[in-house]
Amino acid sequence: MTTPVTAGSTGADLAHPATAPTATPRRRRTPATPYLLLAPAVAVLLLGMGYPVYWQIITSLQEYGLAQQFGQPPTFVGLDNYARIFGSADLWAVVLRSIAFCLVNAFVTVGIGLAFALLMRAVHPAIKVALQVCLLLAWAMPMVAAVTVFRWLFDYRTGVVNWLLVQVGFTGYEGYSWFSQPLTFFFVATLIIVWMSVPFVALSVFAGLTQVPDEILEAARIDGAGPAQILRRILLPMVRPVLSIVLLLQIIWDLRVFAQIRLLQDAGAPVSQTNLLGNFIYELGVGRQDFAGAAAVSIFVLLLTVVLSAPYVRSLMKEEVA
Amino acid sequence: MSALTASAVRPRTAAGRRRRASRWALGALGLVTALVWAFPVYWMMLSAVTPQAWLRATTPQFLPVHATASNFQAVLDGHSFWTALRMSLSITGVAVAAVLVFAFFAALAISRWRFRGRKGFVLAVLFVQMLPAEGLFIAQYKMLSSAQLLNTVIGVSVLYTAAIVPFTVWMLRGFVAGIPAELEEAAMVDGLSRTRAFLRITFPLLAPGLVAAGVYAFLQAWNEFTVALVALPAESAQTLPLWLRGFLAASANRGVDWGQVMAASTLIALPVIVFFMIVQGRMTSGLVSGAVKG
Repeated sequence: MTTPVTAGSTGADLAHPATAPTATPRRRRTPATPYLLLAPAVAVLLLGMGYPVYWQIITSLQEYGLAQQFGQPPTFVGLDNYARIFGSADLWAVVLRSIAFCLVNAFVTVGIGLAFALLMRAVHPAIKVALQVCLLLAWAMPMVAAVTVFRWLFDYRTGVVNWLLVQVGFTGYEGYSWFSQPLTFFFVATLIIVWMSVPFVALSVFAGLTQVPDEILEAARIDGAGPAQILRRILLPMVRPVLSIVLLLQIIWDLRVFAQIRLLQDAGAPVSQTNLLGNFIYELGVGRQDFAGAAAVSIFVLLLTVVLSAPYVRSLMKEEVA
Repeated sequence: MSALTASAVRPRTAAGRRRRASRWALGALGLVTALVWAFPVYWMMLSAVTPQAWLRATTPQFLPVHATASNFQAVLDGHSFWTALRMSLSITGVAVAAVLVFAFFAALAISRWRFRGRKGFVLAVLFVQMLPAEGLFIAQYKMLSSAQLLNTVIGVSVLYTAAIVPFTVWMLRGFVAGIPAELEEAAMVDGLSRTRAFLRITFPLLAPGLVAAGVYAFLQAWNEFTVALVALPAESAQTLPLWLRGFLAASANRGVDWGQVMAASTLIALPVIVFFMIVQGRMTSGLVSGAVKG
């Protein structure tokens, strides 16, 4: 998950009534036109993403050490870099940490988001609007500003969180340093990511909930269903498609958390114990100049993303064909 | 059946009171949650207008009773903010313009024509928009450094354009598909040329879509941190997010002046928040339909 900023998709709403007319293509124009129109986009994609991917594949199969930095031609070493990187315990520690972090964050985010959506449905419209505005505030915060604010909230000396904890009786938190231990470090990182990501989940699920027809709820109530039954038997099954898509997106986005960790590490965290996959790549490449190793891990991350994204892409393609 | 009638007929007062109580409880819960969620933003703005002496006090102030603009003044007096602002504006400007033109052309192609390779392109666009910057930035760094384009506006703009174009194509495709080609054809029957029909009929209808896509591209480019971190290593070439990080680090050397750091954060966040609030109706309307990216 990078910046949690989403521009909407009123386009998708518009798309549905119009699928019929677009299905009849124009035939009068020369067939070259669409290719010409695609050319700039394809060119910039090849340059900005295609070439880097190609470079990483090649580099990950080569010896690319200090000697190559000074101009010696690289030598082909097959899968040696992969064997070297994936044979080290360092990488697996990072992979396991990233997966654990990603799953915890994704499930907590979706859980809280669902709870918020249900809450918004249940409360008075004025309170609903207040909730929506506050969620939008959190959603709109630029990521770097958000992390900076959380560093201030959790500052060991004058941070308001430590002050509050001391006030309610946890005197052990006087001057407590949250960022110097991996566990509390990741706790704060999780708070930031959940805080930033819940708005998207909550508003998406809430939009899903509003689509449930009132007649169905009315009918259920007449048949004697209580609130708990309505929730479990009607609302949850009807928002399940939305829930599974946002969960999948959160998993994909939380697997790529890099900037938040990097920015929190500035507060003096033990770097090697708090690195996630992106940070590991950054340290290998920019820090240790081990470009072959960094390329090998990058390819692994890209493949993982493609595999995880497949169900999401398939659901979008279905919409496209429709 | 009997249970149902029993519960429906039972004295209204007890059940009604219970229901009203639970409504109140839920309302209170909603209000508290809203306040908790907004608190970090409030705290940022409050600290930004609070003098350093009060921020260092043992008991924090929760209301702006000693408001001052001195923190903002201190931040704006430094040259670094203005350099970073200029850099951010240039990169965002170039990227948004390029994204809009490229994505609009591509969206036009895939929604108005059926041609060989179309499905492949759409599939590629959808996968590419999911690729994380963290899986590409080492190669992008090497690419820019060997092309002597590190620390330049054009280098980062190319990377941003490539990163933002895929989702924008997908978004605009929906808008273009929403405008029936028949409208344009009808105008041509009435005597307009194809170009004029497009400019007079289709283009105005597309304006909301282009605005939405432009806003999306702006927010992405303006807030971006990861690619900027590797592509703009020089201090003189920092964008605003990098500058904020540097500002905090510099302040940390002399025991962080949180008032100034929060003023700096507010300067970055406030325009984005205002902008976001203005366009949010557009953002929340069609979220479920799949065309989303965070």
